[in-house]
Amino acid sequence: MIVVENLHKTYSTGLGKKGKKGKGKGDGNHYGNGDGDVKALNGVTFRVNKGEIHGIIGPDGAGKSTLFRILTSLLLPDEGPSKATVAGYDTVKDFRQIRQIIGYMPGRFSLYQDLTVEENLNFFATLFNTTVKENYHVIKDIYGQIEPFKDRRAGALSGGMKQKLALSCALVHRPTVLFLDEPTTGVDPVSRQEFWEILDKLSEQGITILVSTAYMDEANRCTRISLMQGGRFMATDTPKGITESYDELLWSVEGERMPALLAELRVHPSVKTAFAFGDNHHVTVREGISVDALREHLTGKGFNKVRITPIEPTVEDAFMKASMEVLNGNE
Amino acid sequence: MKQFIAFVNKEFRHIFRDRRTMLIILGIPVVQILLFGFAINTEVKDLHVALYAPSPNSFINGVTERLYQSEYFTYRAELDDPIKMEESMRKGKLDMMVLFDSKGEAVQLIINSSDPNRGSIAATYATAIIAGYQQELAGMRKMPFQIEVENRMIYNPEMKSAYMFVPGIMGLVLMLICTMMTSVSIVREKERGTMEVLLASPLKQGTMVFAKTVPYLAISLVNFASILLLSYYVLKVPIQGSLWTLTLISILYIFLSLAFGLLISTLMRNQINAVIISAILVMLPGLLLSGMIFPIENMPQILQWLSHIVPARWYIDIVRKVMIQGLGWAVIWRETTILVGMSLLLVGSSILNIKSRLE
Repeated sequence: MIVVENLHKTYSTGLGKKGKKGKGKGDGNHYGNGDGDVKALNGVTFRVNKGEIHGIIGPDGAGKSTLFRILTSLLLPDEGPSKATVAGYDTVKDFRQIRQIIGYMPGRFSLYQDLTVEENLNFFATLFNTTVKENYHVIKDIYGQIEPFKDRRAGALSGGMKQKLALSCALVHRPTVLFLDEPTTGVDPVSRQEFWEILDKLSEQGITILVSTAYMDEANRCTRISLMQGGRFMATDTPKGITESYDELLWSVEGERMPALLAELRVHPSVKTAFAFGDNHHVTVREGISVDALREHLTGKGFNKVRITPIEPTVEDAFMKASMEVLNGNE
Repeated sequence: MKQFIAFVNKEFRHIFRDRRTMLIILGIPVVQILLFGFAINTEVKDLHVALYAPSPNSFINGVTERLYQSEYFTYRAELDDPIKMEESMRKGKLDMMVLFDSKGEAVQLIINSSDPNRGSIAATYATAIIAGYQQELAGMRKMPFQIEVENRMIYNPEMKSAYMFVPGIMGLVLMLICTMMTSVSIVREKERGTMEVLLASPLKQGTMVFAKTVPYLAISLVNFASILLLSYYVLKVPIQGSLWTLTLISILYIFLSLAFGLLISTLMRNQINAVIISAILVMLPGLLLSGMIFPIENMPQILQWLSHIVPARWYIDIVRKVMIQGLGWAVIWRETTILVGMSLLLVGSSILNIKSRLE
């Protein structure tokens, strides 16, 4: 459904020229090449099959929005031996066809705040030459939740409801491929849960979904995921495959004075990496050191009540490891 | 077509729900017409005059009497000291001093020309009155023949300034609203991110921009009507020529302005820029180079050339000819052709500039 090979995108930010600034996210921390040009995508390759939910996992500025805009035909990729097709249509040559069959929900709320819920939905239905009535079955699950507020202006909705309305508008023409750029950012946990349940149903109906997120815990709900950083895909696999290929010894460390504890862990010769993960630290260690030995060392440094447990890696651990490797590779 | 109608509906909703903007758009022409009609008066009246006559005689009395009878002059003082008069003029209390020489045979007019328009009018009036009086005296002495000069002001017999500015306001307001509002409303879609969703839909960009112009075309016609009604019923400016010709030309001009707004919107990225650029490109030439306030013939050659590219200049010219002078197509075809040409140029270049992508 989506085939991308060796995709590059460079923004010129030369002073005095028309900058590409002010386009929201995705202009931040890219890797530059020294001339003031910013490389937002640096050779991205992946493939999504029909009915899959493919997650793009990465922090702000990784290039996620740029990738979405190229695939939705809104931006042109750099020229060169690259390929990007959606449902067999080339994103550059066949952009008119692509715009018939995709649903796109940009990263930032992009509906008319001064129109009501119903007016927004009707408008987008008409844009795609259809009606709400005709495709009501497609959006029923999600639109049903906001229908009681259909006379309310979109600007007066809560964050979660806005996203549901945006998804309804992106779905109302029954797209073949759905592009969701950070759909759950700024949405409460309950609504996020509901949102993913709806995506599952859509994928069961055969709709292919490309979704980006900065929340690692959402990765497990995808069929496959790509870890993205600095305009590159560091890994692409099923969530399970990603965590299974993780080959480090991973421990969780908890105790008092967590920030100081993290600093102490980072200087220990047997500790490779140590990161704060909510209420505990995730630590990778070299072969040969035992849990007891590390705990004794920490106790000796004045840290009491330290609990250390070997744990299974999460996608986030895999992400941290992959991005450390990229960083080390660059040095 | 359904897309087009849905888009036009959406645009009307944006406008009607933004009450304040709508009030401004519909209020501008009303306020301007009333302001120019009542508050700003370029007619010169009540000129303050003082006399200095060291040795009065019948000639001086005659002149004085006639000056004061005129509705243009108001008697201020009969001072015996020219120095005091000068001081009073310097303070702005006097517009004109009439000084007679000691024999009462020669007269000097000293006129405050800090406002050149007012000054030259005062000089003309006073000279005419004195000359008239002289002729009267000569007539009594029976001259062999007499040249009678009779003035008739046509087109604007009462010399009302409304005749001058009503076409000007039409030229300015119609263009300002069409250009600014159209460009802002397209740029707003870019700024709010809705353009991204619109672009990722089957909607053609051409359909979108033309749908954007429809509501402003409608509003401009309302404005056109309110300007005409106000100037006809309140300011008593007659419509001498054909109302149809006037309406057709105005629709052409509105169309041109909408196209200009589209062109600006394709080049700008945010609303503030769109407003500033529209204001600079419409207001300044519209006020200064259109002939609305300052006559083009009196400008330096280079500004006269520059005024040729200001659409408002041609439109105001046509409106004056049709509305005030009552002339028809035979006289305005040249200006009309120029406006048509400009419209085509603007529509063409904005269509070429419409982008089907974000960059």
